[in-house]
Amino acid sequence: MRIFDPHIHMTSRTTDDYEAMHAAGVRAVVEPSFWLGQPRTSPASFRDYFDSLLGWEPFRAAQYGISHHCTIALNPKEANDPRCAPVLDELPRYLVKDNVVAVGEIGYDSMTPAEDTALAAQLQLAADHGLPALVHTPHRDKFAGLRRTLDVVRESALPAERVLVDHLNETTVKEAKDSGCWLGFSVYPDTKMDEERMVAILRAYGPEQVLVNSAADWGKSDPLKTRKVADLMLAEGFGEDDVDRVLWRNPVAFYGLSGRLNLDVTGTEPTHEGNSILRGVPKDPHEPDPASGAPARVPATEA
Amino acid sequence: MTHPRATPPARTESTTHTGRPRPGTARTPSLTDFRDHLTTQLEPAARAWLEHALDEATAHPGLHGPISAWELRLAEAGRRCGAAHADAARVLILDAARADTDALTRVYFQGTADERRAVLHALPHLVSGPGALPLVEDALRTNDTRLLGVAVGPYAARHLAPHDWRHAVLKCLFTGVPVDHVADLDERSRGDGELARMLADYAAERTAAGRPVPEDLHRVLDLTESVPPAPGTDHPHGKES
Repeated sequence: MRIFDPHIHMTSRTTDDYEAMHAAGVRAVVEPSFWLGQPRTSPASFRDYFDSLLGWEPFRAAQYGISHHCTIALNPKEANDPRCAPVLDELPRYLVKDNVVAVGEIGYDSMTPAEDTALAAQLQLAADHGLPALVHTPHRDKFAGLRRTLDVVRESALPAERVLVDHLNETTVKEAKDSGCWLGFSVYPDTKMDEERMVAILRAYGPEQVLVNSAADWGKSDPLKTRKVADLMLAEGFGEDDVDRVLWRNPVAFYGLSGRLNLDVTGTEPTHEGNSILRGVPKDPHEPDPASGAPARVPATEA
Repeated sequence: MTHPRATPPARTESTTHTGRPRPGTARTPSLTDFRDHLTTQLEPAARAWLEHALDEATAHPGLHGPISAWELRLAEAGRRCGAAHADAARVLILDAARADTDALTRVYFQGTADERRAVLHALPHLVSGPGALPLVEDALRTNDTRLLGVAVGPYAARHLAPHDWRHAVLKCLFTGVPVDHVADLDERSRGDGELARMLADYAAERTAAGRPVPEDLHRVLDLTESVPPAPGTDHPHGKES
């Protein structure tokens, strides 16, 4: 079974999680930019975070044979903090990077004027950069939040089929599906969705354009929820093709809209994918490339 | 790719009697090597993209607008040329844009890990003095083996101070980066008693913990002992034997 977790905050997780995820079948993740629990106080803090999503975290993931991409944005909560909002001006230089496959998470937290401004501006940035958008729907006043989100999307330059609305549930799935957006569901131990309710929604609404994620982060969450949904789908009579569609092909199709999704796990060897010219050792063209197809090596890093 | 530019000549390849490059003495690829490699390896669409990117960088180097056009090309080189060819493509873009130490520093610190690695690859070709050492030092502080393996290249061999260079070698051993990546390993480690001491201490620490000693450690240790230290070699503590 191959699994793509389309929303997981690996920066907050340990290497044990990466190991368990790989064992469960996870081969690709997208890590959306979000808040960190502790509020940030300046754009510099965002820059370090974005750099980590484009540097260290993909390296960590590759050590465990998992492809890592990210989405970049000013999140809705911190859009309200005037100390953080100026990072909006710095997003364009991040949105051109190879590993950035969407603008996100954007959307609403408390539905303030500052959030309106940040959401509209970042939907425009997505359109300008040829990127889809990952839109967080609020946890409080959720249904009203979804409607307002969909209104802003309709008024934006970004077509609905390039938008994923996330954290949906029984109360918001129908309106979201009718909008033409992609449908994201976060499966959590206690809050958001659980496996049984997720399977019921799949039965009622079908697997088309549905993405299931763990949204695992620094809170109580479980990076293996994607696999648990897949297992329950099979137990409840869904076929392997449906599971592959929801847990792999749908996220590949959505983030593939960026044109930047590269699911070959880049090895963590210093020689980039066997590109020996850069090592200075001319390579024998008849020699088989030891790097291609080899599983990622897990170095015993101590430093 | 029509970008004639004076480039530093490739250093002479050092080989053993078997014709194989000696470990640690691999020839530094020249910019011509990079260009030839891409000319033969890139798909036509990627090649056309790169040729356009290089022409653009040649015509419009320097800083212009919020992000210079050549910096945009540097960012997107991976998805345009493929991950396997991105390093070489980026080095050529940096060369075409005549990126100086300031520009290299900016794009390094604003870059992804892949862009940073390309800047490190470019240093021996584009920077003659030690001005870009902070980039090497930054890379050596990371634990990203894809950066470490390039940070210990010819630019570091040329400019890194003895203490920092020894720590770089030791870090390769710690993180599993093959010392084949350390440029001029033979020359710089020859007769280096302090490096020998550090390696011996590390081997003792591993042995005391009941853990294996990296094979590369013995190899470098042999190199340190290969020739008696020449006068003036930095060996404050002498060799412990």
